[in-house]
Amino acid sequence: MAPLLDIRNLTVEFDTPEGTVHAVNSLSYSVEAGETLGIVGESGSGKSVHILAMMGLLPMPPGRIVSGEAWFDGQNLMDMSDRELRAVRGGQIGMVFQDPMSSLNPVLTVGRQLREVLVRHTDLTGTKLRARMIELLEIVGIPHPEARLDQYPHEFSGGMRQRVMIAIGMACNPRLLVADEATTALDVTVQAQILDLVRQLKQDFGTTVLWITHDMGVVAELADTIQVMYGGRIMERGPVSPVFRTPHSAYTHGLLKSLPDEGARAQRRLYQINGSPPNMANPPKGDPFAPRNPYATERCLNEVPPLRDVGDVPGHKVAAWYDLPALLAQENEVAK
Amino acid sequence: MLGFVLRRLGESLLAVWGVVTIVFFVTRILGDPAALLLPIGASAQDIDALRAQLGLDQPLMLQYVQFLVKAVQGDFGTSFQHGRDAMQVVLERLPATATLALTAIALGLVIGGIAGSIAALKRGKTIEFIVMTFALLGQATPVFWLGIMLILFFGVNLGWLPTGGYGTLSHLILPAFTLAVFVSASIARLLRSSMLEILQEDYIRTAKAKGLLRHTVFVWHVARNALIPVVTMTAILTGELLGGSVVTETVFSWPGIGRLIIQAIEAKDFPVIQAGITLIAVIFVLINFLVDLLYGVLDPRIRSAR
Repeated sequence: MAPLLDIRNLTVEFDTPEGTVHAVNSLSYSVEAGETLGIVGESGSGKSVHILAMMGLLPMPPGRIVSGEAWFDGQNLMDMSDRELRAVRGGQIGMVFQDPMSSLNPVLTVGRQLREVLVRHTDLTGTKLRARMIELLEIVGIPHPEARLDQYPHEFSGGMRQRVMIAIGMACNPRLLVADEATTALDVTVQAQILDLVRQLKQDFGTTVLWITHDMGVVAELADTIQVMYGGRIMERGPVSPVFRTPHSAYTHGLLKSLPDEGARAQRRLYQINGSPPNMANPPKGDPFAPRNPYATERCLNEVPPLRDVGDVPGHKVAAWYDLPALLAQENEVAK
Repeated sequence: MLGFVLRRLGESLLAVWGVVTIVFFVTRILGDPAALLLPIGASAQDIDALRAQLGLDQPLMLQYVQFLVKAVQGDFGTSFQHGRDAMQVVLERLPATATLALTAIALGLVIGGIAGSIAALKRGKTIEFIVMTFALLGQATPVFWLGIMLILFFGVNLGWLPTGGYGTLSHLILPAFTLAVFVSASIARLLRSSMLEILQEDYIRTAKAKGLLRHTVFVWHVARNALIPVVTMTAILTGELLGGSVVTETVFSWPGIGRLIIQAIEAKDFPVIQAGITLIAVIFVLINFLVDLLYGVLDPRIRSAR
């Protein structure tokens, strides 16, 4: 079966006074129906930009889609007119954004903002429409949905607003739900509740989820597949547990090492990846992570590594010139 | 809500009292009206007699207190010039001023609203540059110059419209347009910057992500939010114009409050000056109060904060 979403050679650039920023570089990946893909990366990794570009939400200018295709359910989103894209957005593809405080219009009631998307993409009217609105708020776990519909966003807490955003994203039973840093602005307990909710929705409705985050912990909890991005490229990708167990990219390894682990002594300093993200207006010639990578070889600095199969686990791919597991094993030998 | 209304009412009264007081003392600096009212060569006795008759011979503070006591009852004294109730003289001019002001505001809102929206939506295009250049010119052009030019062109050269005066719709066109140029330019500039700001908001991206039609996004998400500062600006402009647009009224011989007050100042007609300025202050304060209420309607966050 063809994948639900298939992105091919997507390249996005920004024109800035400092020069052309290469935000997304020939990005290709696919998401199977029913799969949950967690995309991880720090700011500037291209993880949000490529989604906005695909959805026709990237401000152009300064943004520019240089090339690429994005096949969704047999149609290339990149070939669609504005009009066709608007029919897909909110209907077949639901979106949830980062900051629930600013992502809802402050002067319209929550009910109105939920109704808009239903009126746009479904034939519901009158009492059926209202019933669906109430049902949606119930699904996302908002108490007293009937009364809540007539309230304004500022009368909701952050977690409740994010639930509203999810209700809007899920309103028309989308085939794909894209969440961009959807739990980042929330505190940890609320974040856990939202993740529970998304897991439940996945189970109940079989929605395919594309979860963009910078938090490895969230990916571990939610995703089937992890995709680590850096400098507008995929560094590593594969089923979650093999990637977590045996990372093949030094960047993934660094991200995992910088997670606080439960058993560790409290005084131990958290690991941090040295250096700062590359300036994508003047990107490194080779592997974008090479300048910060202690395991980088001469070749890493000069030549972009292709994304290749790791070998032992199907679907586990890495873009690296070095053999990280071997290098780590050597380190361990020396330490002993 | 009641607390809010009472508090605003208190503030309003304080503001009006402040204006009235300042005007009272400033008019006293203008000079002696008695000397002006009597023919040249009048004897010192005659002048003193008139001063006594007008109550101007009493100590300043006493005059002030007497003035306040009467003003509270709506009595601003008798006009020195017209020999009638001063507030009456002012109120007679209100319809002319109101007609001109409201026409100009309505015209300005329509033209400015359209121009500002176009400029914001067509950001970076030639049309934005053209609109904003005109807006800047409109805001920077002195009203008296524009008025005179319009009179010369449409009144004198073409003879299509009267050069001044009051009464028919054709009298209204030129002065209303003159004021509307400034009003629409101000509104266009403010609306444009307000909209550009709103267009950056996250909730606009949300609205687009819902696949809403372009006009739905524009009307309900962009314009609805961008309007809030425009309401303030409109209120301030309305208040100013209702106070009488002195220059425009003078250029077009429009019998409004602005021109009346200028004439009263020239004639040192203290009661008319005081009645006129008080009325303007009350109108201004009232409009601001209405705007505060309107804010609550436009922005639910303000409503629940009260």
